[in-house]
Amino acid sequence: MHGRIRTWGPGALVLLPTVLLLGYFVYGLIAWTFNTSLTDKHNARPVPTKHVGFENYVNLFGEDRFLNSLKNLGVLTVAFIVGTLIFGVLWALLLEKGVTGEGVFRSIFLFPMAVSMIASGVVWGWLLNPSQGDDARGLNRLFALLHLNFLENPWWTAGSRWTTMASIALPAVWQLSGYIMALFLAGFRGIPPELREAARVDGASEFKLYRYVLFPQLSPIALSALIILGHMSLKLFDLIYAITGPNQFRTEVPSVYMWNTLLRSDMAKAAGIAIVLLAVVAVLVIPYVAYTVRQESEE
Amino acid sequence: MRGGLSKTFAVMGAVGLLAVSACGNSNDNSGGGGSSASKDVTVFTWWADGGEKAGLDGLVSTFNTECKDYKFVNSAVAGGAGSNAKQVLANDLAAKKPPSTFQAHAGAELGDYIKNGQVDDVSDLYKEFGLDQAFPKSLLDNLTVDGKIYSVPANVHRANVVWANPTVLKKAGLDATKAPATVDAWIADLEKLKAAGVKAPLATSKGFAQEMVMEVVLLAELGPDKFTGLWKGETDANGADVTAALTKYQKLLSYSNVDRDAIDWPDALGYVNKGQAGYTVMGDWVAAQQLADKVPDSAYTYWPAPGTAGNFQFLADSFTLPTGGQDPDGAKCWLKVVGSADGQKAFNTKKGSIPARSDAVPTDYPKYQQSAMADWKSNKIVPSCAHGAACSLGQNDSILSAISQFSGKPDVATLQKALATAIKSS
Repeated sequence: MHGRIRTWGPGALVLLPTVLLLGYFVYGLIAWTFNTSLTDKHNARPVPTKHVGFENYVNLFGEDRFLNSLKNLGVLTVAFIVGTLIFGVLWALLLEKGVTGEGVFRSIFLFPMAVSMIASGVVWGWLLNPSQGDDARGLNRLFALLHLNFLENPWWTAGSRWTTMASIALPAVWQLSGYIMALFLAGFRGIPPELREAARVDGASEFKLYRYVLFPQLSPIALSALIILGHMSLKLFDLIYAITGPNQFRTEVPSVYMWNTLLRSDMAKAAGIAIVLLAVVAVLVIPYVAYTVRQESEE
Repeated sequence: MRGGLSKTFAVMGAVGLLAVSACGNSNDNSGGGGSSASKDVTVFTWWADGGEKAGLDGLVSTFNTECKDYKFVNSAVAGGAGSNAKQVLANDLAAKKPPSTFQAHAGAELGDYIKNGQVDDVSDLYKEFGLDQAFPKSLLDNLTVDGKIYSVPANVHRANVVWANPTVLKKAGLDATKAPATVDAWIADLEKLKAAGVKAPLATSKGFAQEMVMEVVLLAELGPDKFTGLWKGETDANGADVTAALTKYQKLLSYSNVDRDAIDWPDALGYVNKGQAGYTVMGDWVAAQQLADKVPDSAYTYWPAPGTAGNFQFLADSFTLPTGGQDPDGAKCWLKVVGSADGQKAFNTKKGSIPARSDAVPTDYPKYQQSAMADWKSNKIVPSCAHGAACSLGQNDSILSAISQFSGKPDVATLQKALATAIKSS
């Protein structure tokens, strides 16, 4: 018995603080938030609250503003993931094909990631100015100077939900494409050169080489990229807040709506939005965790 | 092994304490209790820079001479219109660690704190300091909730002001010295400006600036009594007259700049100053901004928004006495300074607002403030929703959301429905 404690005891002791802190500050607070979302605490009054079951959730899903924010989030996530993957993979392919000064390009592509979302949000807020023609500023001005006037558009201030949320996704794509490039580049580099040589010896064309030999090996990386981008998109708050400010119906996503709700001291409703958001993130993250666990146990 | 365990717990305990103490940090002297620390007066505001900070500094210098027993402790949290500060304050109040006194918009926004039982009745102080005589009765009426008053206003701002560029107006053949009599006349003038090639006859910006345009149209069309009643639920928000007013608001919005959802009010003012726009609707803090930007008096003009002459749409920054706050005597001394003639002069000459007291000397103030002070005495006083005099934070959040939806896709019926729902909410 004593000997067993010697083997697992030190390890457990090292982990214990983390486990306790996480248990309290993450899982404990999630439980507390969930509990709040079931009450009628709609103001800061210190009166006792009572449990109202899932009433807050029923109200939320019957509310135009919340449904609108969910739809915005869906469109934003699709635009963000697709955009980032396209650019990230494209850049990784270009670098992988070999280019002089690769290190410089890698740094250039990765650099936007070093900028905080709130800072890039402020700058992109200016760049996405909707004025056109003679008054054009920001990106529209750039397009005008390049004689690409047909590209000028009102960005997020007018037009459909797709153009609106795709405009918001644009800065996020700019910021994270480099990261996806790095992921994929590492993936390409991890494939043994013998495989390529063997494929070339067998007479595979360059397209077939990528299609049948290289890309299939990158599926774990693609999955991680998808999960990382997906959950980042769901939590996106600072960027949207910086570009559009609060209370913008057209660009409101649940995280921004939660902030606005919290500001009016509607604790129960804000907690409800938080739990819905958590559930959406969980839908993305849990399959990934399950997949990784299965992979590890197979090894 | 044992030693290691207790050490681990000690470390964890320390981490936990750190985490807890990091939560409520706006109150610097919470654990002190020493003789000098107990005399601190923590004043919570969102006046962190610009004319607002200058105004606060003015108050502080008066406080330092009037209240020698106490030390001013600045607890300002930066962020436009208190957007960050209100959250920090809410946390501190929920944790029962209120500052000695905090800033709040007088009126309905203060109502949240009153309902929550977080501020004390200061009616007695009004008698003690003679404020019941110094403030105009109409303001006192607006401050009184169920026979009690919960804050001392430091200033008064006016919301229903149109700022115009006379050169631009003259080019379109318009009289810059006189406001159009009605909203319809104003729309006709805007049409003339548009015909004269002005791109954005009416410059406006995101969020509350558009809300202010809607408010002045509602005020002009409904008249002061029905307008004030609208926010109290006494005027039918679904009525035909509100529909008509909102339709005119839609028309006004069609004359505004396309980037209105992407810019802030100083940019909209910049369009007017640069001659790219004819008018902008904004509160009288514009006067302080023009002064700071060194725009000469002759380059701009101002009048009450068309159709609202004779009405003074007000908002006021005020200070409270939080329930269970530290050193209430020090806080009372601060409130005395805030309400005093000297304090109001020191504050308002720098912030660009006018004193709430009716006994202030107009010649102490710049040109715009003098005209506003005259109006403050003679006009009918109506509250503003955008700045918390008529609306709670919750109502305003819902209205701002509806306004931004309307800006992207103007639909009067949707806006009116959202407005009516927002007014009914809390």
